[in-house]
Amino acid sequence: MRARPSEYELVAPGSLPAVLELLASEPGSWMPIAGGTELMVQYGAGKLGARKLVSLWGLPELRSIESTAQEVLIGAGCTYTDLRNDPVVAREFPLLARAASWTGSIANQNRGTLGGNIVNGSPAGDSLPALLVYEAELVLASARGTRRVPYIEFHTGYKQTKLAPDEVIRTIALQPRFAAYHAYSRKVGTRNAQAIAKLCLAGLAKTSGNKIEDVRLAIGSMAVTPVRLRKTEENLLGREWSGALISEARQALESEVAPIDDIRSSALYRLHVAGNLLQEFLEGLFA
Amino acid sequence: MSRREVSFTVNGAAHTVSVYPMERLLDVLRCELGLTGTKEGCGEGECGSCSVLMNGQLVNSCLVPVLQAQGATIGTIEGLAGESGLHPVQQAFLKCGGAQCGICTPGMVMATVHLLGHTPAPTMEQVREGLGGNLCRCTGYTRIFNAVLEAAGSQK
Repeated sequence: MRARPSEYELVAPGSLPAVLELLASEPGSWMPIAGGTELMVQYGAGKLGARKLVSLWGLPELRSIESTAQEVLIGAGCTYTDLRNDPVVAREFPLLARAASWTGSIANQNRGTLGGNIVNGSPAGDSLPALLVYEAELVLASARGTRRVPYIEFHTGYKQTKLAPDEVIRTIALQPRFAAYHAYSRKVGTRNAQAIAKLCLAGLAKTSGNKIEDVRLAIGSMAVTPVRLRKTEENLLGREWSGALISEARQALESEVAPIDDIRSSALYRLHVAGNLLQEFLEGLFA
Repeated sequence: MSRREVSFTVNGAAHTVSVYPMERLLDVLRCELGLTGTKEGCGEGECGSCSVLMNGQLVNSCLVPVLQAQGATIGTIEGLAGESGLHPVQQAFLKCGGAQCGICTPGMVMATVHLLGHTPAPTMEQVREGLGGNLCRCTGYTRIFNAVLEAAGSQK
């Protein structure tokens, strides 16, 4: 059943403080909406539970990418197109730029936002494994002030987050210290454009000769949230290239994940392909 | 909930409509302004049939609540042809047979106009990406992509 527009309220206060004031006045009653690439799909199908929405679209406070001495601060309202076009993101965080380029279509990239992708909390969110390996921090804003939460702690369950009812994500903070790392990511889906991932692996590594000095791995569409692969990382850290490296790393990966079965793929397929992607990452590291 | 006035420019003409703020831009264009060239395919941002330009950016109008178009400049398929005839992109689709049943065509043409706006001489790879969000169930895409390349050539 189609949604009836007359049953929904949408307001656009026009500034972040005004939005936060509204959220604080009736905590939990107003649902923020940015580019609508998720919520408008639910709305169109008559499945959007929220009846009162507040627009974040076009708020200048959320739409900038700035560099400080220590951090790159990405406004949560930046679209995937903004991320693709930003030279600092391309240089320092290529995995994020690449994830933006394979999210949805050009039309969706022009409207979908990084903050929206995070809040939506889909385990298949394309940008999320990249944020995990870059160890992003989120700046959450409310009328009470701001607070920082490491992104890895943000998702508490399937589509559950630490965001309070009166908060929005204001900024995604990233440290530009990975430009020299070998960066790998691969999304496995049914087609290049528009597909939602069956699996997505992001990897960063620093090597010295044949030795792995630092490694970070994260995977999407595997569990109920995107996850960092700590055990696999531990297995690889400090190791030198050998014939056994790949098979042991694959075993470590298989021991630490509990793959989901859903409409897009099976647990067995996910487990096998995850191992293949890990192998491709490691082979690229020592190629 | 009550209606409110929303103002925007469509194909160069200023409009003020009295609408519910969550109405989809797609429905307002078609039903309030009578611009039925913009089609609804899937209604969930997957097929690109409802593609329009909003402030120069390609968007799926089925996913835009009309309030977010307040003050925007909108371009639809109806705004392309001028007094001297079809837009070069439309001409190229005609010449190359880049349309069959026609439902996807307005979206394909708008995506092409957007692509050529920032990439005037695209490679086939760029054409495939630029139109990747527009689905066609008739043509098999080859003639559409050829039309895009034709249009790029004619714009040189």
